[in-house]
Amino acid sequence: MELAIGIILGCCALGAGIAMIAGIGPGIGEGNAVAKACEAIGRQPECKGNVTTTMLMGCAIAETTGLYALVIAILLIFVAPGRLVDILIETMGNIK
Amino acid sequence: MENKSQRFKLLDTLYLAMMILPIVCGIIIKVLTNPPSEGISITGAKIYFTLKMPIQDLPITESQINSWFVMISITGLCLFLTHGLKEKADTKRQHIAEWIVENSEKLVIGNMGEFFSGFAPFIASILGLSAFSSLLALFGLYAPTSDVNVTAGWAILVFVLITYYKCKCGPLVYAKSFADPVLLAPLNIISEVATPISMAFRHYGNVLSGSVISVLLASGLQGLSAIVFGKLPGFLGEFPFLQIGIPAVLSVYFDVFSGILQAYIFAMLTMLYVAGGFPADEYFRRKALKNN
Repeated sequence: MELAIGIILGCCALGAGIAMIAGIGPGIGEGNAVAKACEAIGRQPECKGNVTTTMLMGCAIAETTGLYALVIAILLIFVAPGRLVDILIETMGNIK
Repeated sequence: MENKSQRFKLLDTLYLAMMILPIVCGIIIKVLTNPPSEGISITGAKIYFTLKMPIQDLPITESQINSWFVMISITGLCLFLTHGLKEKADTKRQHIAEWIVENSEKLVIGNMGEFFSGFAPFIASILGLSAFSSLLALFGLYAPTSDVNVTAGWAILVFVLITYYKCKCGPLVYAKSFADPVLLAPLNIISEVATPISMAFRHYGNVLSGSVISVLLASGLQGLSAIVFGKLPGFLGEFPFLQIGIPAVLSVYFDVFSGILQAYIFAMLTMLYVAGGFPADEYFRRKALKNN
């Protein structure tokens, strides 16, 4: 029983860590967006306000996939272990 | 400057109280319901009490109470700003009120076009509610936007609006918009459903990740200062020196900048989706045909 609970907790933590690999994608995407925005401002400094607003919008939208991963990681850390341990104890009780 | 009447001053104080009292109430409720505890824990919204409802019990949570406080506070602010309007603006508050109204109308017309100019109050209110809800974290209260139910509610409201404007030319045009290339219809339906989900999770995830990182940093600094200054005698050894100031820097980014940016993005996406989903050419063509 202790072993099963330990495996559940460990695997939830591992799963959360693996889920956050998705952070790579938004990082690269936002870096590209900001680089291009810097180029655009360098070329046309008078458009700075517009470029900055659009860049922030684009960054926030590019962040979405990373946030999905974050939500899944948070669920795995804070919600899933309790649920799974409850289910485990229930089934073990039924077997006995 | 003419003398203000007694009544005017009384109403002014009332509106100011309406702005400030909800926040004080929130802090008092928070202090009364949360016993001081050792260590730092990350929890969701507290459930204060549960209402008995016929189909399912309705739990009244911290996020609901706090968002009502924010709504009352914003109403007080609006009443205070628009109190004693004159034809020719000569008070500071009237200038501020006019600035807000003009800018929200400019934003809406610039992004959605003249047809949607009636949307300005809705967009301004969703922007204000979202921004002030996130800023509530500055008072140490639970920010309603870090509860997924609140942002999901707003996203569903926006989804209903989008669907209403897509159906403006009748349900047939709406159904046809899915089958643009016929093979891609399932994908189009999925992307339609994904709109409110992504809007809700974007706002919620940003605010929640900020608060989780702040809590982790605060607990980390507590441990670090215990290691570094732990050897000092008496009171000095227990005092968390490193916790002064450093979390505030992160709080400026996560609570102030990120909260306001997410509010702006939520309002912006609402405008873009509603204006983008509306089949403007078809609608105006039909209107012209009807008039002839």
